[in-house]
Amino acid sequence: MGVAPAARDVTSYGMGLAAPLALFFLVFFVAPLLQLFWLSLHNDTAGLHWGLGQYLHFLTDPFSLGVLGSTLLLGAEVTAVCLVLGFPIAWLYQRVGPKLQTIIILIVLLPLLTSVVVRTFAWIVILGRQGIINATLQSLGIIDTPLKLLYTQFGVVIALAQVQMPLMTLPLITALGRIDPNLDDASCSLGAGSWRTFFRIVLPLSLPGIIAGCTLTYAAAITAFITQSLVGGGQMLFMPMYLYQQASTLQNWPFAAAISIIFLLAVLAVVSVFTTLGRMSRGYGGAG
Amino acid sequence: MADAPSGRSLVVDAVTHRYPSGALAVENINLDIKGGEIIALLGPSGCGKTTLLRIIAGFIAQTQGRIIIGDDIVDALPPNRRAVGIVFQNYALFPHLSISENVAYGLAARGIDKATRQREAQRLLELVQLPTMAERLPRQLSGGQQQRVALARALAIKPSILLLDEPFAALDKNLRLDMQIEVKRLQRVSGITTLIVTHDQEEALSMADRVAVLSHGQLEQFGSPSDVYDRPQTLFVNTFVGSTNRMPGVVVSADRTAAKVRLDAGAEIIARPAGGALSEGGRVTVCIRPEHLQFVGDETGFAGVVGMSLPLGATVVHEVTTADGSGVKVSQARIGETRALTNGAAVRLAPLAPSLANAFPATL
Repeated sequence: MGVAPAARDVTSYGMGLAAPLALFFLVFFVAPLLQLFWLSLHNDTAGLHWGLGQYLHFLTDPFSLGVLGSTLLLGAEVTAVCLVLGFPIAWLYQRVGPKLQTIIILIVLLPLLTSVVVRTFAWIVILGRQGIINATLQSLGIIDTPLKLLYTQFGVVIALAQVQMPLMTLPLITALGRIDPNLDDASCSLGAGSWRTFFRIVLPLSLPGIIAGCTLTYAAAITAFITQSLVGGGQMLFMPMYLYQQASTLQNWPFAAAISIIFLLAVLAVVSVFTTLGRMSRGYGGAG
Repeated sequence: MADAPSGRSLVVDAVTHRYPSGALAVENINLDIKGGEIIALLGPSGCGKTTLLRIIAGFIAQTQGRIIIGDDIVDALPPNRRAVGIVFQNYALFPHLSISENVAYGLAARGIDKATRQREAQRLLELVQLPTMAERLPRQLSGGQQQRVALARALAIKPSILLLDEPFAALDKNLRLDMQIEVKRLQRVSGITTLIVTHDQEEALSMADRVAVLSHGQLEQFGSPSDVYDRPQTLFVNTFVGSTNRMPGVVVSADRTAAKVRLDAGAEIIARPAGGALSEGGRVTVCIRPEHLQFVGDETGFAGVVGMSLPLGATVVHEVTTADGSGVKVSQARIGETRALTNGAAVRLAPLAPSLANAFPATL
């Protein structure tokens, strides 16, 4: 600890090795993105008039802004749930024997081994009016009429949290694993209780992992088209579905393109806040 | 200096610890340490010395026995309420906190106000001669400086006992000596009862008032450095502390204070029965340190042939092959005209004094 490992300068590697991937990105990511931007600068669907009309429309339309707001809020809620539930799992992982570690990592990774569609349908079965939760609560006599769980914000957050959980837990496991276990003992021997040790030592030193996990979870949650639409149903509209409706159903490609660009910028803004925080926390150097 | 607190005593009373697997980590360890003493726990890795340290600190609950600090049995207390200061081998400084915050950490945990904390941290940093480093981060300091901070941090809570776990292992040789002197100076100033865990015998002998030698979870000997070096009680202590020649032989006659042993190498010598009474006719191992052997001109002692001579500066070490084919090392002080010994020269060797040859019952 304390001594920074001698990191090899990245520029000393042959940059040519990155060329195939760079080319791939250029053709299949950068070019379509530019085309999308180009499309968004048209004021009519026929593509005859130029201007920022589509952006103006979105930014002055309360409905569109509402969809954007609720999508960003959804991401924040899912991220918060994943962090609160994922941290104890990661913490536990670092404190159990190798056998239990294998089991925990398997449970954490399990969601990734199943298709998102299958997992989402499972949540529909669990949350539905005649679903597992309602059936259980009714048979226990706790409730008389079924609770509305499916097609609610709550349902979407819970389903997304389960789907995105590995993205939070894995970086947290890595970050916690890098903390010198002696620091726990040192804090304890200096008279600090478990809570002080957690908030003053463990939490600050795991910040790089928390930020990485939050960035991944957030970005994945707000763009999760399938889970959002299936668990949210018709009543809940989020940006990906809004975009899909404009592009496929209404054939309003320029407006859909503008929605994409605005959504992209909004996501980038949130992610860059996270990365800035991450850069600041690297000053801690605890993981170094 | 006037208010140097007298350290509290530490008693390790019949402590035994078993791992969950059932294997013994330490067995029936008894140490009675007076307030203000420096004690070294010396032993090879895996001998249980670190386990014992962690038991005293409260990180491990021993299977049997008691830990008594001052007048209090502390077995029921968690580590954060034992007031035991620890300096870890890798220092375990909090990497995200400044040096000053590191030192003040234990005071903050005790709810001491910020102004007092900072004043105390500064006082301790002056004590360890790092007054200008308060605002730096640990990784900006050298290894020796980090260790001083770790010491200051442990001393800040005014611990009743100070535990040092292999404190000098990570330092290079010159710095190690400086830090050993520094720790001894701080210990004198604070008067705090100190326990140093080490596998380095020189460190143990030079720093400690008394040395506890451990092997395979057993306490082999607990005594002053000169006791441990000159009057080892077991074959392990004799061979682990300092270097020694092990010479097999048979007891010719023995009483409580002296034994006549016929060495397999030839010659009968008088040795000290070090590990308890010896029986006549029994096999023994006689340990004689290289510096306790001398070349003799007469027919006493045993014969040998000089193999190699290594001039080590102040001393010259000769490798001599004895009649039974085993090799012994002889260390000769280089005073004036040391007789040059040529390769293949026939010599006779004898111990300097009977008390310097230790006879232990041979183990199979």
